[in-house]
Amino acid sequence: MLSAPKSYGVVVPRVPAVKAVCIGASAGGIEALTAVLPSVPADTPIPVFVVIHLPPGRSSRLVELFASRCQARVREPLDKEPIGPGIWFAAPDYHLLVESDFTFGFSVDEPVHFSRPAIDMLFTSAADVYGEGLVGIVLTGASQDGADGARAIRDAGGFVIVQDPMTALASTMPAAAVGRATPQIVTTLPEIALLLRDVARARES
Amino acid sequence: MNPAASALDIEIRLLLEAIYLRFHHDFRSYSMASLKRRIAVALPRFGCETVSALQAKLLHEPDTFNALLQYLTVQVSDMFRDPSYFRAFREKIVPDLRTYPSLKLWVAGCSTGEEVYSFAIILDEEGLLDRTLIYATDINPEALQKAEAGVYAVERLSAFEENHRLAGGKRPLAAYCTTAYGGAALSRSLRAKVVFSDHSLATDNVFAEVQVVSCRNVLIYFARALQDRAVGLFKEALPRRGFLGLGSKETLQFSPHMHAFEEHVRDDRWYRRC
Repeated sequence: MLSAPKSYGVVVPRVPAVKAVCIGASAGGIEALTAVLPSVPADTPIPVFVVIHLPPGRSSRLVELFASRCQARVREPLDKEPIGPGIWFAAPDYHLLVESDFTFGFSVDEPVHFSRPAIDMLFTSAADVYGEGLVGIVLTGASQDGADGARAIRDAGGFVIVQDPMTALASTMPAAAVGRATPQIVTTLPEIALLLRDVARARES
Repeated sequence: MNPAASALDIEIRLLLEAIYLRFHHDFRSYSMASLKRRIAVALPRFGCETVSALQAKLLHEPDTFNALLQYLTVQVSDMFRDPSYFRAFREKIVPDLRTYPSLKLWVAGCSTGEEVYSFAIILDEEGLLDRTLIYATDINPEALQKAEAGVYAVERLSAFEENHRLAGGKRPLAAYCTTAYGGAALSRSLRAKVVFSDHSLATDNVFAEVQVVSCRNVLIYFARALQDRAVGLFKEALPRRGFLGLGSKETLQFSPHMHAFEEHVRDDRWYRRC
């Protein structure tokens, strides 16, 4: 059991119940992810999915970039690849989805909130599959993307953490998620890093 | 996974069954996550609150189906989308194709035709179009009509031109189209080399032997069993040494047919039949 940041007085998820984490970030996201992803332990037993909005047409160097900064394995999945533990980045120009047989799905459907990949697409499909075992984290961004997805996670019984808009480089996206999803925790990046380390740590059994 | 299927999951399965029984389009083996999303987007457009209501509407007002099909199959593409894929075709595959007296290509899931004309233009630039026939197939009649017309919004041309250049284009794209009334029409000489046809990777069989199959960002919408069927068709349509091109996130790595192919240009997802 985690102890929540005191000021929020909320119940945090029971660690063994967490089956997966999904994270969405937009403007200012590289810095924010750099503050939180390295805290995922090397031997984490769960997958951590990440969507970050990048300018269109830019080929992704995210895997290289974060592989050097993270302890956990960092990858970009292929279509129908079985989901395993570690950090998985959505590829540019495709929506990333979670299928009910625990494989990755892809689509080139229209952008959502001007974005492909869209945070909403990942969060909503993951909420469908992991239900109350899912933790969703919405970080900095100047977009509405992620709010509906965070809502879907809450509706499915999952847990939502949002970066405190006051502390985010771009406040629009976390503020939208706070408004739409009534997250269990709204806090700073360092606190989110600690929470992520705890939910992603190896299970003692 | 939830132990019991949710009401929504059941409704979707029933809808797909109804579509299959009534309209003979088989979406039952499509990837559920994106299909679910597409159906959710379609519901309000049909004035339906539930998937069950949409099912009733379809069965009692069959004319609705064509409109729904646009939501279920809509695919966005550009000419020379992923230019490096087309550059690899030009540089690593065309030299081999020169050795054939006549050529057949199959663009499976051609949607509104952008990629079909991309291949036609490259083959023309390389002097092979005269001896080429391109089969362009899709399950969506409306998309096929647009593909056959070969007219695209003028606003899209500059992106097409940039992609064409990055794909190693030899002439200005303007050499292949005429613009009028806000549309750019691909030239008749290209269109004359293409046969557009209704064909389903889910229910139809192989119709010809071809040297090249290009099927991009279609398999991602299929669940594994249907992917296996589709790749099986490609395997059957291709002779030894024939080429198969897939989308940048698609792979034969998890396919039972993987041993029938070798990687030809790994990064651009070109495979070769062995």
